[in-house]
Amino acid sequence: MIETDFSTTDLLFMLKGAGMTLTLTFWAMLGGTLLGLILGVLRAVSPWWINAALGAVLDVFRSIPLLIQFILANSIKSIIGLQVSAFEVACVMLALYTSAYCTEIVRAGVLAVPATTRRAGRSLGLTYWQDMRHIVFPIALRVSLPSWTGLTLGVLKDTSLVLWIGIVELLRASQVIVTRIQEPLLVLAICGLIYFLISFPISRLGAYLETRWREYD
Amino acid sequence: MGYTFHWHQALEALPAMLAGALVTVETALLSMVIGVACGIGLALARNSDNRLARGFATTWVETARNTPALFQIYMTYFGLGSLGIFIDSYPALLIGISFNNAGYLAETFRGGLRAVPPTQMRAARSLGMSAPQAFRLVVLPQLLRTVFHPLTNQMVWAILMTSLGVVVGLNTDLTGVTQELNVRTFRTFEFFAMAAVIYYAITKIVTLSARLVAARLFRY
Repeated sequence: MIETDFSTTDLLFMLKGAGMTLTLTFWAMLGGTLLGLILGVLRAVSPWWINAALGAVLDVFRSIPLLIQFILANSIKSIIGLQVSAFEVACVMLALYTSAYCTEIVRAGVLAVPATTRRAGRSLGLTYWQDMRHIVFPIALRVSLPSWTGLTLGVLKDTSLVLWIGIVELLRASQVIVTRIQEPLLVLAICGLIYFLISFPISRLGAYLETRWREYD
Repeated sequence: MGYTFHWHQALEALPAMLAGALVTVETALLSMVIGVACGIGLALARNSDNRLARGFATTWVETARNTPALFQIYMTYFGLGSLGIFIDSYPALLIGISFNNAGYLAETFRGGLRAVPPTQMRAARSLGMSAPQAFRLVVLPQLLRTVFHPLTNQMVWAILMTSLGVVVGLNTDLTGVTQELNVRTFRTFEFFAMAAVIYYAITKIVTLSARLVAARLFRY
């Protein structure tokens, strides 16, 4: 039997970290999806100059490393003297980052609805919002959901970067234990396994939805 | 607001930061080259009949895609230490990113290979082309067309991922240099804002030049 100093307390500590990872992912996806829905629809229907301006702003979030975004957000917080915790900064920053990607997903979904389908709906007497709700939304949802699950996976993995601004999530928790018991390979393997166990079902679900919905195309 | 901005310090450090940016771009390019090479190998292995090769490739791809890039870097930096292999932060970063790139690119290449039907090859051979000719003139252009866009995306990802080197103590790439300046002067916002602008410029140059190259390559 191989000797190890890894105890159940350590495992619990890591699971707590995994809980933090999931909490961050939840808030980031909630905020990011809501904002992304609004901005995505806005980008799909607005005139070109609003569209271009919005696109350029959101592009910034996708062109700068998330790590630097966290550092900047944290220092802006200190500069303007906001009394918020690192956790809240991380949630807001992650949500903004997520919304930049979600906007593109929603926009692509809305634009995938053929104009003729929408015109047909309007000709049958649907109002603009009825057309949006009963025709655009269901079709756009089918197009976007696979990408959205992919985004969820991406954000789940990107939450690991918050360790830099002092939040103990799964990866940071593992590092703490590694520093104490000096068995990096074992601890990191467990950490990787936990990440895998969380994200693998999500990626399977995404693949399932994609193939299943393609049948009706 | 009791904070005075000191931009001149950041501007003075610009040459050092640009030197760091060069390291960032070099690292990203190198990791892409390794990633493409390993990615093609993995894509072929996943399509092969050898179960061992398939299992190995699948494990690699699933690990690369389902764990954070930072975890993969930690694994090479701290994890290999358990096996008695101690490596510096730079190789750890390079290996980590290349591993990640290979995992994602393997899927890209697999899709690309599937997109060119085998009948094309047969048709080209029937017209009297030799096998290398058919591959170069018929298969490759089509393959390139499908993988070009994902490849540029991955390049941008690679550039952004190099910033993770700072977490394992790298101090030569753009983020590393910036962090070094930051701990020396505590002008966090100014330095990192500058770094952000440089990263933005690099990714924009990469995407724009990729678009130009694509316009030339895929003009038909």
